[in-house]
Amino acid sequence: MANAFAGVDFYDVDSLLSEEERAVRDTVRAWVEEHLMPVIGDAYVEGAFPKQLIPGMAELGVLGANLPEEYGCAGLNNVAYGLIMQELERGDSGIRSFASVQGALVMYPIFTFGSEEQKKYWLPRLASGEEIGCFGLTEPDYGSNPGGMITTARETKDGWVLNGAKMWITNGSQATVSIIWAKTGGIDDVKSIRGFIVPASTKGYTAKDQKGKLSLRASDTSEIVLQDCLVPKDAILPKSGGIKSPLMCLTQARYGIAWGGIGAAMACYDEALSYSKERIMFGKPIGQTQLQQSRLAEMLTEITKAQLLTLQLGRLKDRGTMTPDQVSLAKRNNINMACEAAREARRLLGANGILVEYHSMRHMANLESVYTYEGTHDMHTLILGQAVTGLPAF
Amino acid sequence: MKIAVCIKRVPDMDLRFAIGADGKALDPAGLKFDIADFDGYAVEAALRLVESQGAGEVVVVSVGPAAVQETLRKALGMGAHRAIQLDAAEVPFDGMAIAAALAAELKEGGYDLVLFGRMATDSANQTVGPMTAHLMGLPCVTAISKLDVADGRGTAERQLEGATETVEFPLPAVITIDEGLGRPRLPSLKGIMAAKKKPLEVKPAQLGAAHLTVDVIALPPDRPPGRIIGEGADAVPELIRLLQTEAKVL
Repeated sequence: MANAFAGVDFYDVDSLLSEEERAVRDTVRAWVEEHLMPVIGDAYVEGAFPKQLIPGMAELGVLGANLPEEYGCAGLNNVAYGLIMQELERGDSGIRSFASVQGALVMYPIFTFGSEEQKKYWLPRLASGEEIGCFGLTEPDYGSNPGGMITTARETKDGWVLNGAKMWITNGSQATVSIIWAKTGGIDDVKSIRGFIVPASTKGYTAKDQKGKLSLRASDTSEIVLQDCLVPKDAILPKSGGIKSPLMCLTQARYGIAWGGIGAAMACYDEALSYSKERIMFGKPIGQTQLQQSRLAEMLTEITKAQLLTLQLGRLKDRGTMTPDQVSLAKRNNINMACEAAREARRLLGANGILVEYHSMRHMANLESVYTYEGTHDMHTLILGQAVTGLPAF
Repeated sequence: MKIAVCIKRVPDMDLRFAIGADGKALDPAGLKFDIADFDGYAVEAALRLVESQGAGEVVVVSVGPAAVQETLRKALGMGAHRAIQLDAAEVPFDGMAIAAALAAELKEGGYDLVLFGRMATDSANQTVGPMTAHLMGLPCVTAISKLDVADGRGTAERQLEGATETVEFPLPAVITIDEGLGRPRLPSLKGIMAAKKKPLEVKPAQLGAAHLTVDVIALPPDRPPGRIIGEGADAVPELIRLLQTEAKVL
């Protein structure tokens, strides 16, 4: 039995964190160790989100943790919020995805684009886990190009009528409420995109699990169909407008994902390091061989770089000067880094590395989704390319 | 119900540690500190008592340098109401010196209960609780695993080897806590934020005289390397002889 996870901190990055940020990190780390690690292997193999963890996560305060206390949230700064995402993803990307969606893609848009009534009604219920949310932006034919969406919202005398289909929706099947993005104008009118709060109980709203996933198996991924879904007039998020609104949400979520990648990479490095010292081959630990040391040195270096870059990103966010391009750089770098770390750790573990009792292959498979969602690696490359040249290549 | 819980900041002994150059203390480099395990159980016990009674105050107290404030704030994050740091450059090894400082602070505090963990996970002396009780002139029950309080009296259970002992005592009293009363809760994120706003008083520690000092800390000697006596059945007589005469286990 391995020792409890103690993190990776080669550059004393801890000394750059406040006492409160460290306390938040340590609390979530202890929760993950105690509640998530014992169940995640089975949940992954079964292909089921461990729902029993939701009340504990909510009680701890991880849902929408960087939103204000007046709405039932913890009111943490963005570095502490990032550290929560790091620790959750140290356990499993699917669990971090659950928290990201609830906080950054459901609570954040209600907080940012919602009316005071909507905030007062929904945010405390989402923070307490009483309501579970999902974010309906991506469509079967519109992933990297969400502005092309064909879901529509038409205003009638009774309210808004929504029609369309959404795909790859995390939390979709278990959500009790969905933030649906739809065009209120013509199909080419990107500016007419608005957000709607749609309870899952609305007539004409159906969600079904997407089957056959080989990644994020402990996460709920669904397809949502909206067929003449009638919601009241006040279901619209009044301050939402244009494709910029959902993209602002994605910037929030990607910020957390950048931190999450560090968590997954640390989990893999930690597992590989301890295995390399225990596994004896040719009469000595494999950690005493140059090839395995090369793997470990590479992982440690990349994790340390990512820690410093992401902490600075968090400080910029807390200062209010963070740009979406900076988030793209961190998401792109950290998830690619985590993919590599997971793959190398899996290889270092040899045949054992394919077993679910070790964590690296689960992370490796999960991270392939994370590499692709919330802006694919390639899209972030193009965003950065555009940022530095001023010339869009997409 | 007013409860004081005395807590100690200790290094996490599950992590790798080294003995410092002077041979008398651990090398602080790379150590991670936290509330001593049993002290966490004591904070949990106090919070549960106050919650079950619907009213009361839990005050956490720690002797030591400014660093103990982090440990005190962790307890505040769990739900304790206020904290007192008895400021001392270092924590003496001698339990009597610590007990004197605690007793001086707690004596006039009007506490119904003073709780301790049954021992600190670093020094493992198990002395400060009973010594504080003695200095305060209060009854003391050690290493309890169950606690009920009603009408100015307490009932506690202690786990003995193969038996349970039930002890009754009048309040106020000093109690040291074993496991069994419920695992310490994690500080919630809201609790961590709230802890910053809760009162944390710093007072000079009135330490007693220290008569004990640590002479040396030594790790157990390395095990001698194994050796191969021979192979197959022919080696058995020699193996038995060595197990009898050298290892002395047969």
